[in-house]
Amino acid sequence: MEAYISLFIKSIFIENMALSFFLGMCTFIAVSKKVETAFGLGVAVVVVQAITVPANNLLYRFVLKEGALAWAGFPDLDLGFIGLVTYIGLIAAIVQILEMALDKYVPSLYSALGIFLPLITVNCAILGGSLFMVQRDYSFGESVVFGLGSGIGWALAIVTMAGIRDRLKYADTPRGLGGMGITFITAGIMAIAFMLFSGIKL
Amino acid sequence: MKKFFEKYKHLFEKGGKYERWYPVFEMADTFLYNPLHRTKGTTHLRDGIDLKRIMITVVVALIPCTLMALYNTGLQANLAIASTGAENLEGWRHALIRAMGVGYDPHSIGADFFHGALYFLPLYIATLAVGGFWELLFSVIRKHEIGEAFLVTSLLYPLILPPTVPIWQAMVALSIGLVLGKEVFGGTGRNFINPALFARAILFFSYPAGITGDTAWVAVDGYSYATPLATQSLSGQMNVTWMDAFLGFIPGSMGETSALACLFGAAVLIYTGIGSWRIMVSSVAGLVIITGLFNVAGSDTNYMFSLTPDWHLVIGGFAFATVFMATDPVSAAYTDKGKYYYGFLIGSMTALVRVVNPAYPEGAMLAVLFANIFAPLIDYIVMRANIARRAKRYAA
Repeated sequence: MEAYISLFIKSIFIENMALSFFLGMCTFIAVSKKVETAFGLGVAVVVVQAITVPANNLLYRFVLKEGALAWAGFPDLDLGFIGLVTYIGLIAAIVQILEMALDKYVPSLYSALGIFLPLITVNCAILGGSLFMVQRDYSFGESVVFGLGSGIGWALAIVTMAGIRDRLKYADTPRGLGGMGITFITAGIMAIAFMLFSGIKL
Repeated sequence: MKKFFEKYKHLFEKGGKYERWYPVFEMADTFLYNPLHRTKGTTHLRDGIDLKRIMITVVVALIPCTLMALYNTGLQANLAIASTGAENLEGWRHALIRAMGVGYDPHSIGADFFHGALYFLPLYIATLAVGGFWELLFSVIRKHEIGEAFLVTSLLYPLILPPTVPIWQAMVALSIGLVLGKEVFGGTGRNFINPALFARAILFFSYPAGITGDTAWVAVDGYSYATPLATQSLSGQMNVTWMDAFLGFIPGSMGETSALACLFGAAVLIYTGIGSWRIMVSSVAGLVIITGLFNVAGSDTNYMFSLTPDWHLVIGGFAFATVFMATDPVSAAYTDKGKYYYGFLIGSMTALVRVVNPAYPEGAMLAVLFANIFAPLIDYIVMRANIARRAKRYAA
């Protein structure tokens, strides 16, 4: 239990997807203009991450890993090389199903998430979460915790970023730095502030 | 003198010969005399305070810390020299001390001040020059007024540095801190982090050898002294007394050692209404509560768990960070309720880093930087909650 809690905290703060690995930068920069939309996207990322990482974990453990297909009579087979394609395919499929299910059963949430759901299919933070899970060889339980934690960490980062950009409305930036440029600088400053946690061993 | 300014004023105004240099002229003029523009008509303004007066007040509040920096740096250096019996010290500072015949007696207040000044003043002058240079450059090119905040930044910055920091490193870090932390956002009042702190963080991550470790804290070459926080985390023993830590007669970053001097600064800032008491109170509360919880939790392997809250308040840079850094009106939370959360975040983060992060013995400065990042979001949430509450009230 304690290991799960520390993994959860670690994936939110210490190994924050956006601010220590700089994953998902495109949406992080593009959709952080307003806090409401950033929050919507953040929630979508949490949901998708929490579903896809465990799903990919099952896929990895029972199909792709070396010797994983022993139950089907192929003990020497190693399908790790098609991992990348499989994970992204599974993510896209899950997002698609999720979208249809939401549209059918929870239309209000569907309209709230709107464009964000299909958008994050190609978000590198999502794929990155699955790849980290494979690289670190998480168990199923760990992958659930990690998926949830890394999603929350990313959501926290983008909402904070939106808050700062909201305040930066009054900033008077040089012409060449307006828009994206100043946002990248802001992201860098946020990353330095998040280095507060680097070094904590859990 | 006034006539001199009047006489040359036309040269700097629109169409004048030195139009580009108007910000410089304006700074010199308003520094000596009243501002050129006064608020006219019906306004919300209740008194005549402006940026310049605010900054001067902060400088006044910093005087005890600065004096302490001068005295204590020299005192610690002289004590170290006396204890090691070092002779034939090299370097221009020692040459100057010998030439002036001041000596190294730690009991002589004059000698301590002189020795300390030889470390503090060069650093201060260098940071002032760097700060002034960037502010001047940006205001001339971008045609805004020179913000006097750089005076405060340039005083705060050397106060949070150890005496042995190489001056060029301090200058490089301050340049990055000022330009990327403040000027690119449009100068004073438009940044969202404290530039002095940001520069300190840059210095800390870029040149860790110069400002961490055991040899950084006393201004004598090679004299090793572990800070109280470091000894506590290594051995569970304090190497100073509580009273010394409170008064500030311990080695450390130059202006941070004395909690008493910070208390004086806090009194000035709260009395004049410039520093927010809400932030200071909630920050102290955050530190006390979280360290108290760690006390209760206890740990067999980590000595920091057992350090009591009263120690946490007086050692390290917490008092200085809470009084002068956290209350920076630009980078803090703006809403009153938000200030409580913001302060609490600083206190609790400081406690967290000190106790559970083995990479950094002290975390007060980084905690303030971290809270700066979250301040806009805190404000947003507070405002949302307020709006929702009002909507509910009027709907009924």
